Amino acid sequence: MVKLDVGEIWDLLNTIPDPEVPAISIVELGVVRDVRISDNVVEVDITPTYSGCPALKNMEDQVRAKLLLAGMTPKIRTIYKPAWTTDWMSDETMEKLRVYGIAPPEKVSFENLHPFANNDKGPVECPFCRSFDTILTSRFGSTACKALHFCNSCCQPFEQFKCH
Amino acid sequence: MTELNIALIEYCLRIADNSLIHAQRIADWTGHGPILEEDIAMSNVSLDLLGQARGFYTYASQLEGNGKSEDFYAFHRGERDFRNRLMVEQPDLKDFGFTMMKLFLNGCFDYLFFRDLMKSRDETISGLAAKSIKEVTYHVRHAGDWVVRLGDGTEESHQRIQKSLNELWPFTNELFEQNEVDELLIQNGAAFNKKELKVEWDAMVNEIITKATLIIPSDKIYFHSGGINGVHSEHLGFLLAEMQYLPRMYPDAIW
Repeated sequence: MVKLDVGEIWDLLNTIPDPEVPAISIVELGVVRDVRISDNVVEVDITPTYSGCPALKNMEDQVRAKLLLAGMTPKIRTIYKPAWTTDWMSDETMEKLRVYGIAPPEKVSFENLHPFANNDKGPVECPFCRSFDTILTSRFGSTACKALHFCNSCCQPFEQFKCH
Repeated sequence: MTELNIALIEYCLRIADNSLIHAQRIADWTGHGPILEEDIAMSNVSLDLLGQARGFYTYASQLEGNGKSEDFYAFHRGERDFRNRLMVEQPDLKDFGFTMMKLFLNGCFDYLFFRDLMKSRDETISGLAAKSIKEVTYHVRHAGDWVVRLGDGTEESHQRIQKSLNELWPFTNELFEQNEVDELLIQNGAAFNKKELKVEWDAMVNEIITKATLIIPSDKIYFHSGGINGVHSEHLGFLLAEMQYLPRMYPDAIW
């Protein structure tokens, strides 16, 4: 079997979709942090989006399966530092989210991290009709990483990837 | 094992136990939330706390190095072994405002606590703290909004959340309790003095409680204590009996 180099392994892992938001890959999501090769062992560092994200186990299993199928021995490590942030997603990834129907997150870098800070960035843009006439209906949604909004313009509920 | 490692294990178990027991209590709301959005919110908050507990249990097991898993700490210890604060084990499933007030009072403390702990000399602890603080901040924001909304709401919601505050206040001194374990870790730069957080915690709590038109109870009351020594209220035993039933009844169960 042909041995893959680090770049090719990154490409391979980039084909694994996020189990909860399949429009983007686990690499684009920022869950895969590092890839190292020693002999035939591929060490992959992954980090959880949220501490209790139930999808992490699934992502780990998918990484393992991909590497085994490519004839390599996977060794997967869960790391916590640095803590995952939505700022790691590129503009291109954000656009993929929007096209999929999920409003992308704002940049964390502009946020005051104190719980009582006024971080009101105004209404979120509706991913369907691009209107800003929207309201936050719930801070929590169907997965740990999303909040619920409603668009008054096209009368559709939609999810936003929370700024984290 | 070094004295420092023994202290670190104890310290991680305290943090993890707080998160796990709080998570279990909040999960009681699943399927019982006052509205669908809050039902989902409670499950999300519980999941965050459970994840935080797993991180700290896993680190404790690595330090202990005798093959104990995170499940061992969660499912195979009795109530005298648990180190959580008495506040988190108090039953939640009676009043939504009570849950929000509890989440708020605890969350304000945890926000300050993890903010300090991010500077810990212990790399794993500082990493877990940096991860946890983001989630805790979001919880406090959510719970704080509800405290204001209920406090400054109808006559009944105001009365009920004031009652919740009165019931929870005797558990708040325990947030700042520490012993020789803390002292050793503080000397080593792995942990920080919790007593120094009191002024900031008071200010945070006051800000929201005032906005909610509520009144902070008098400090001339009896304050509960005991969590760091494994002395709990009557509620923890029942909680553990339910939570630990499956793995104890079916020791070979895997998930």
